[in-house]
Amino acid sequence: MKLNKIILSFISALAILLSSSATSFAKVVGDKIVLGSAISLTGKYSSNGVHTQNGYNMAVDRINSMGGVKVGGKTYKFEIIYYDDESNPKRAAQLAERLISQDGVEYMLGPYSSGLTKAIAPVTEKYGVPMVEANGASRSLFTKGYKYLFAVLAPANLYLDVAIDLAVEKNGGKPVSVAMAFEQDAFSQDVRLGVLEAIERTGSKKVIDDKLPKELNDMAATLAKVKAVKPDVLVVSGHTKGALTAIRQIAEMKVDVPMLAMTHCDAAKLSKQHGKNSQYALCASQWHKTLTYKDDFFKDGMTYDADFKKLFDYAPPYQAAESSAALLVFKDAFERANSFDKVKVRDALAATDMQTFYGNIKFAAGGQNVDKPMVLFQVMCDGDKCENKVVAPTKWASAELIHPIPSWSKR
Amino acid sequence: MDLLIFQVPILMVQASLDGILLGILFALIAYGMALQWGVMNIINIAQGDLVILGGYITYFMYLSGIHPALGVIVAPAIMYFVGVGLYKLVINKVVDRDLFISILATFGISILFMQLMNFAFGADVVLANSEFGTTMLFNNSVTLPNSKLFSALISIIFAIGLVVYMKKSKLGRAIRATAQNARAAKILGVDTEKVYAATFGINAALCGVAGSLVAITFTIHPYMGLPYTIRSFMIVIIAGLGNLPGVAVSGMGLGMFEEFADYILGTEFRIGSVFLLLVLILVYRRFKLSKKREYLK
Repeated sequence: MKLNKIILSFISALAILLSSSATSFAKVVGDKIVLGSAISLTGKYSSNGVHTQNGYNMAVDRINSMGGVKVGGKTYKFEIIYYDDESNPKRAAQLAERLISQDGVEYMLGPYSSGLTKAIAPVTEKYGVPMVEANGASRSLFTKGYKYLFAVLAPANLYLDVAIDLAVEKNGGKPVSVAMAFEQDAFSQDVRLGVLEAIERTGSKKVIDDKLPKELNDMAATLAKVKAVKPDVLVVSGHTKGALTAIRQIAEMKVDVPMLAMTHCDAAKLSKQHGKNSQYALCASQWHKTLTYKDDFFKDGMTYDADFKKLFDYAPPYQAAESSAALLVFKDAFERANSFDKVKVRDALAATDMQTFYGNIKFAAGGQNVDKPMVLFQVMCDGDKCENKVVAPTKWASAELIHPIPSWSKR
Repeated sequence: MDLLIFQVPILMVQASLDGILLGILFALIAYGMALQWGVMNIINIAQGDLVILGGYITYFMYLSGIHPALGVIVAPAIMYFVGVGLYKLVINKVVDRDLFISILATFGISILFMQLMNFAFGADVVLANSEFGTTMLFNNSVTLPNSKLFSALISIIFAIGLVVYMKKSKLGRAIRATAQNARAAKILGVDTEKVYAATFGINAALCGVAGSLVAITFTIHPYMGLPYTIRSFMIVIIAGLGNLPGVAVSGMGLGMFEEFADYILGTEFRIGSVFLLLVLILVYRRFKLSKKREYLK
């Protein structure tokens, strides 16, 4: 009986071992280049995780249908293995480990959010697996000396410093007073650092510096302080929750500030949820469909927007656009490397210098994209219809910045 | 440390009013918790998640074009049955066990609810716009969103309504009898099983009302329930189980404490200070609670 058990467990262990090595395949199978990604399909990041996945999938289909990737005179197609990381960093790290060591994936696409990218980066680095990520903007990702991490997006500290410059410019070059409310997470705190640098650079003054806890859905105290202090600029960054809470309470408390700058307006669907109350909010964005960048696969922003809508039935947020761009970067790197060797692909990625519909892409030594400025759009309403219009940088501005914001008593 | 509130005294008025209005809403949630704790000896960790679920009901009404204020009637009606269902499925199996088992069970329910809501409604932060406008006081220097006034008013109405119901109705009397001595009540012909189910349902209904009010005044999100559980737990601990006026007073006290902590210590310590206060009060009350059994009167 006992012996039977031992033999049985031995056999089953052997079977598991065999089956796992049998299912594991190399990075390139037949004419397929296999990429791996842990992505948040459930859990608190699931909506943005799905945007990311949609962006990846759309680009894979597009590249495959337009001739695929040419390496060594042969054409290959992209394929992605996804695992659901449940919006959990520990799980994401495990899955990265599994993708690389069990599934044999040798090229990775990033997950959604800075936190999860931070969890995965040490793993890809350990195995020397190149990872192109599109949704981790935290500055700390790019200061660790990672060699295999490449981000197509601009780092978090560049999100809102433009707004401070803009406020100073509108103030006739004179310094401004700034009230800040930032959530306590890696991303928002990086945005804060960028704003602090801009404040220092322009000789401006910070008058309120509140840190919002993650569970917070009430900013009344911060806003009451803003009412009392009357700053020139109010800067808020706290993901979707921060954007929605801020707009609701600013309108309810009739807080008048000449400039209101935020992040995550896109994901918060500000004008959809708040209508006219969101008018005049200034939002940092990685991408906007009206930008005039071009490439061969998606043509330009407007075409991307239309094609994406056709496929998924909603307008692409920038999270989807940048995810699509990540695939274009991979394709370009494979073709230039003309090899599937991880190190050669990595070197080709590092030498990337290209334009996509999403923007120019060129990586600094730390892996961040230094060739693509952030854009600021302002919510502008005509009657009950609200639209996001790019107001900075001036090169792409489709509307003039409305400054200062009219007071609530005059709206 | 921010001393702005002392330099601009009008902020104290703002903080106090905000705190009181918020506290009344907390007190309503805490009232439900106290009721069920007193009657069934169950600490419901899923309290906050029931609140959020009520909020989603209101949010979906708002989406389909119904004014969210009506959520305070629809949400409790639906949530009552959710509560009764939960009782029949899970709680009736742990109701006579010790506190630890019921905490584990409701903790499990809490996780399940969070994930189910996330699965069904998505991870987006949502809210229901009431378009109630704003009341301005003191030459516009103090603003009170009417949605907050509305939420306080509705909370008070439901709290008073429940007190009257508990005093006058047959079920109310049965609930109170069961709370005092379940065995004696059973002997005298009270169907305690029914009473427990109703109590859990009433608690869920109260959470439904509160959830509607949260959706109207603040924002909701599948993972936002825990702070509401903690706050109501704390209010009940401070007030004691049978002490309904105490729940109201400590609710408002907690609301004001939070607001002032926010102004003085900084927003980042707002919820942290609630936890700190909880620890202090638990240490202080530990002795009393372990010596004395309290009942809902």
